[in-house]
Amino acid sequence: MATEILMPALSPTMEQGKLAKWHVKEGDSVASGDVIAEIETDKATMEVEAVDEGVVSRILVAEGTENVKVNTPIAEIAGEGEDTAAVPQAPVAAPAAPAAPAIVRAEAARPVEPVSDAEVPEGTQMEEMTVREALRAAMAEEMRRDGDVFLMGEEVAQYQGAYKISQGLLDEFGAQRVIDTPITEHGFTGLAVGAAFGGLKPIVEFMTFNFAMQAIDHIINSAAKTLYMSGGQMGAQIVFRGASGAAARVGAQHSQDYGAWYSQIPGLKVVQPYSAADAKGLLKSAIRDPNPVVFLENEILYGRTFQVPKIDDWLVPIGKARIARPGRDATIVSWGIGMTYAEKAAEQLAAEGIEAEIIDLRTLRPMDTETIIASVKKTGRVVVVEEGWPQCSVSTEVAMRVMEHAFDWLDAPPVRVTGKDVPMPYAANLEKLAQPSVEEVVEAVRRVRYV
Amino acid sequence: MAAKSKAAAAKPGKAGASGAKGGQGAGKAAAASAKNAFSAFSPEEELSAYHDMLLIRRFEERAGQLYGMGLIGGFCHLYIGQEAVVVGMQMAAGEGDSVLTSYRDHGHMLACGMDAKGVMAELTGRQSGYSKGKGGSMHMFSREKNFYGGHGIVAAQVPLGTGLAFANKYRGTDRVCLTYFGEGAVNQGQVYESFNMASLWSLPVVYIIENNRYAMGTAVARAAAKAEEIYNRGSVYGIPGEQVDGMDVRAVHAAGVRAIAHCRAGKGPYILEMMTYRYRGHSMSDPAKYRSKDEVQRMRAEHDPIEQARQRIVEAGHASEDELKAIDKKIRAIVTEAAEFAQSSPEPAPSELWTDVVR
Repeated sequence: MATEILMPALSPTMEQGKLAKWHVKEGDSVASGDVIAEIETDKATMEVEAVDEGVVSRILVAEGTENVKVNTPIAEIAGEGEDTAAVPQAPVAAPAAPAAPAIVRAEAARPVEPVSDAEVPEGTQMEEMTVREALRAAMAEEMRRDGDVFLMGEEVAQYQGAYKISQGLLDEFGAQRVIDTPITEHGFTGLAVGAAFGGLKPIVEFMTFNFAMQAIDHIINSAAKTLYMSGGQMGAQIVFRGASGAAARVGAQHSQDYGAWYSQIPGLKVVQPYSAADAKGLLKSAIRDPNPVVFLENEILYGRTFQVPKIDDWLVPIGKARIARPGRDATIVSWGIGMTYAEKAAEQLAAEGIEAEIIDLRTLRPMDTETIIASVKKTGRVVVVEEGWPQCSVSTEVAMRVMEHAFDWLDAPPVRVTGKDVPMPYAANLEKLAQPSVEEVVEAVRRVRYV
Repeated sequence: MAAKSKAAAAKPGKAGASGAKGGQGAGKAAAASAKNAFSAFSPEEELSAYHDMLLIRRFEERAGQLYGMGLIGGFCHLYIGQEAVVVGMQMAAGEGDSVLTSYRDHGHMLACGMDAKGVMAELTGRQSGYSKGKGGSMHMFSREKNFYGGHGIVAAQVPLGTGLAFANKYRGTDRVCLTYFGEGAVNQGQVYESFNMASLWSLPVVYIIENNRYAMGTAVARAAAKAEEIYNRGSVYGIPGEQVDGMDVRAVHAAGVRAIAHCRAGKGPYILEMMTYRYRGHSMSDPAKYRSKDEVQRMRAEHDPIEQARQRIVEAGHASEDELKAIDKKIRAIVTEAAEFAQSSPEPAPSELWTDVVR
């Protein structure tokens, strides 16, 4: 009986990829462990091995096909003695013919998230860019601009970045400025802060912020507090960046969101962007900021495509929220990946006739209270959405500020939609339950609307 | 890489569990002593070292006094007994070399040329202190004098100093970073993370381990495996290490010259274990019951770095007793002026609460 070879996932978050190359053709014999194909996503390339002995009876997806969904059958291997000649079928060339059922057609275009931003001048040309590309472009532009800026972290150089954020930077800037570190977060973070004391402008990449807990003493005690403790004589111009929050199925130790943790610390600036335009403009601002900046990215968002203004030196100011969707009936405040729930919920609510205004906070510290309050004074209702835990969360802080500054304008108590108060579970269903959902956001808005 | 050893002169007599470990290294010490021998100081060097050590001693005595009067708050860690370490090292350092250390930092600041008035005023929490009164005893800095703190978290300064060395190398200068820490800090993981990167990337950093035998109340041998060989803690990373008589400013200086030259030549980091002793408790609130009065007395009587220097100066005729008294008098005047300044200087304005958080 023929065995189907399925399109594998390269990472917990991969949904589709390109079948880059076949190393075998129909009729070839393969043994377990033979490399039969290469697949790639925007962040990695991997070889596909045969898992069984046999003869390649059919190749179902042609070399060069893009956007092949994970788990799509890409080939069949027939066992010993099976009649492989009985199933001659030419592989379908890319772009795929619509008749070939086994092939997931390349989508016409990557989904592009809309961006509405008052900061972008009318008539500005936009370009499509993933968050990943935006982050890379921001670092490259700033490194070209200032020789004191350098990048260090695990796998940032030769490996081209664990999440491919630093792809190509080693080639352009060399090993002096793109530095692979040993796996010693505590040590290399302290070293980077010391280099910043010495006047350099390090970008420290944490593969994820979960590992920065080993380094948090230097982020807080050494980087954030020194300007104050030295009476303004010296501080650290440094960016700590990397993925924060849940990815997919990586369990409790790799899924924590650190927005609330770092945003409590005076002396730090904390940025958590959603769109590629903000990722680019805010990272550039962070690198130029004379203070330590914690820049929280999200693995799920790395591959999302957005419109980014095609402007030389696109900068987004730190500390300024963005009205992502105007509305009159309720305010939804979110940031980072929380925005994905907020936007989908707003669309559903619009269908019910409720126009929610979405504020993308973008920076958690300093928090743009003014923009939140102005919106709440208009809508009288507020829902805050975040993936982090509820207790002492950023949502809690937003809700409190609303009560301090706009209590008399509120027509309903503020509602938080957060990650559940449990360590992140591994099981797919439980993991989904632990995170906020669009339904919860919709329900929360209905609640503050009393509908 | 073979670690070099030098005789440990600073042996407390019967130091309880810690004991005196110099004897074990005696064989190696003998072999290495010729190489590590130091020549006599010139008269100018002797007098300069004497002056600088005495300034620290008198400053710290006065700080202890002000603490007792309630004028200095919080934690206050005195450097009395260890003066030869930082003075000898700073004599070996050059213009532009950077320094950072732990919270036992007053001596280091004075040795870096920071003003006694500004240091004392910071201790009393006044506006004219080095950190405008917002740092305190453990957190003072002077970019002008290349003094990068004053760090209150044990061993945090080790990667920070390694990073300053990284910046030197990145910029292509031949400047060296002198990173001081205690023998208590050597058990922290970040020390080895730093050793690894410093050696891997050949960073110009001298790690100066001030082994004063007690990490707060814990004798070194109760906390450190192979306590007699702390200088050797970098050997697996290929970092040369020496044990140095940290009570003899000439030995410290000579070792400092070797270590700094090694770093300047681009050969990577270097470790100096300074065998020293603190006469006072860990901080002002520590009665130091974990060691005998006899042990402290013996160190003071037999190994005091300032008294040793004084005797050498007199015996060699570099200065008369009267001339030394004049130095002492001058130093007392500096310290008195600093103490008066620190008491008369105003507290920071309430508005200072909100400045220097971000820039």
